Amino acid sequence: MRKKNFRKNTKVHPTCYIAVCAMGILFFLFHTIPFLRGVFYSFTDWRGYGEWNFVGLRNYVHLLTDRDIVNAYSFTIRFSVITTILVNTISLILACALNAKIKFKNTIKAFYFLPYMLGTLIVGFIFNYIFANLIPGAGKALGIQELSVNVLGTNRAMWGIIVVSVWIGCAFNTLIYLAGLQSIDTDVYEAASLDGAAGIKRFWKITFPLLAPSFTINMVLSAKNYLMVYDQIMAMTNGGPGTTTTSIAVLIYKKGFGGGQFAYQSANAVVLFIIVVLIAFFQLKVLEKREDKLR
Amino acid sequence: MKKKKVKEKYNWIVTILLIMGILFVILLPLYMTVMIAIRDPGDMHNVLALPKTLRLRNFIEAWEMTDFPVKFRNTAFITIVNLVFTLMTNSFVAYAITRNRKKSKFFTIVYYYFVSAMFIPFSVLMLPLVVQANTFHLDNVVGITFLYVVFGMPMNTFLYSGAIRNIPEALDEAAKIDGANPVQTFWYVIFPTLKPTTATVAILSFMWTWNDFTMPLVLLSEPSQQTLQLAQYVFKTQFSVDYNHAFASYLLVLAPVLIIYVFCQRWIMNGVVAGAVK
Repeated sequence: MRKKNFRKNTKVHPTCYIAVCAMGILFFLFHTIPFLRGVFYSFTDWRGYGEWNFVGLRNYVHLLTDRDIVNAYSFTIRFSVITTILVNTISLILACALNAKIKFKNTIKAFYFLPYMLGTLIVGFIFNYIFANLIPGAGKALGIQELSVNVLGTNRAMWGIIVVSVWIGCAFNTLIYLAGLQSIDTDVYEAASLDGAAGIKRFWKITFPLLAPSFTINMVLSAKNYLMVYDQIMAMTNGGPGTTTTSIAVLIYKKGFGGGQFAYQSANAVVLFIIVVLIAFFQLKVLEKREDKLR
Repeated sequence: MKKKKVKEKYNWIVTILLIMGILFVILLPLYMTVMIAIRDPGDMHNVLALPKTLRLRNFIEAWEMTDFPVKFRNTAFITIVNLVFTLMTNSFVAYAITRNRKKSKFFTIVYYYFVSAMFIPFSVLMLPLVVQANTFHLDNVVGITFLYVVFGMPMNTFLYSGAIRNIPEALDEAAKIDGANPVQTFWYVIFPTLKPTTATVAILSFMWTWNDFTMPLVLLSEPSQQTLQLAQYVFKTQFSVDYNHAFASYLLVLAPVLIIYVFCQRWIMNGVVAGAVK
């Protein structure tokens, strides 16, 4: 009886094979093959049309000395680091405030999550107007020189993009931190207050360590999102002025399709992929280790 | 200590600060959008004040300028068809993978294959995907919908798999003894217990397809195939001097999402948290 049962359990129904194989093949055809094709093109000089030759690692070597590439990486990394820190700091504060004993809690929470629902492109367009007309107007009225010009037209344009990214990004991050805070048992706080821990000390010693899982999620997702920053920039500066706000993703799009650099930007994309994977693994390893230590 | 607990008071300072944050940070840009959308082009001196005359014609003109009905139909088609197919196919595939991992190594390999694809960002795929899509004639609304269903697989396998693992296999066994095949077992027994995960997947899919801009930008060049988001971008240069129509048009795109959000906010927030925490 037992043996029979065992044998019955090991048999996979053909429907399962058919469904999984069908989806697997489709995924391979439309996701993996394009990915592999991209890797393949990165070793050629294809322009997206016409003839092509193998050029070995020439594209990759060229990447190292290309001004556009260096600028794009420098912008993207500066932008990601600043935005990740700002979004997570503000979200933590907001989450703590939302977790306090406040009135209209659910309504307030819903309002703070609202930006997540709105498309990045349109939010970018709306802030374009604010930066181009509203803030300069206020700056002139108040006589503040720095505010009386459109920040998106200056070499500080990155800060305009950061403001929009923070406005959008805090919604999601706050929600995750808040969920983390709400899962902390209130008994822990009572024990802490008996030990005399309160206020900021309690936050760093008790709350923050217990928030470690939320922190990990937010850091990994933020870093990945901001390294891929695209929509905001297309909506607001289109990479300009000059190339000051050209992120890696924007560069791939603009030069890959419009600049005849299909193969070259494919190499750029491959490098970007490797960086994303490395950062994701690094973060998961380091942050998980920290999580373990703190527990 | 005990006294405090009985009479817990609201923290009004924090409440007021948070409400001020909502008014000046969250709502001010949206308020401005509405004010500009209903304003006359000659009345742009102080956009934060109420307009002198209400000009709802902006919405009708923006509607005509961007060919709203066509773009709306395209976006709605992509969003709804993707939602239905994603929920039906991705969930069953995830079920087939998860339940058979112990029986055959093949399914474990497929599982890791799908999940590891989550590390491939779209910008890495963008250039060769366009070439591939041209070969297969996927540069239209139907094609892009198909791609959304396939591309959602990694994330949805991950989400569904986590939930299915928590459902006791005895349920499957019982259905099997009653003579149900895997599709029936899944559809009548397992799928109904997956409601929270299905909600999460539905919300994330909806948000992704409705608000996505990059994939339509690279794949849909024909005006008759464009989506709402893409249309806003295509009209960017025309809109750059014509703020009233631009903002009316943005509001038309934001409206459906805002309406859904008003009615399902708690459900949406729970779904998003559940999706991320897994």
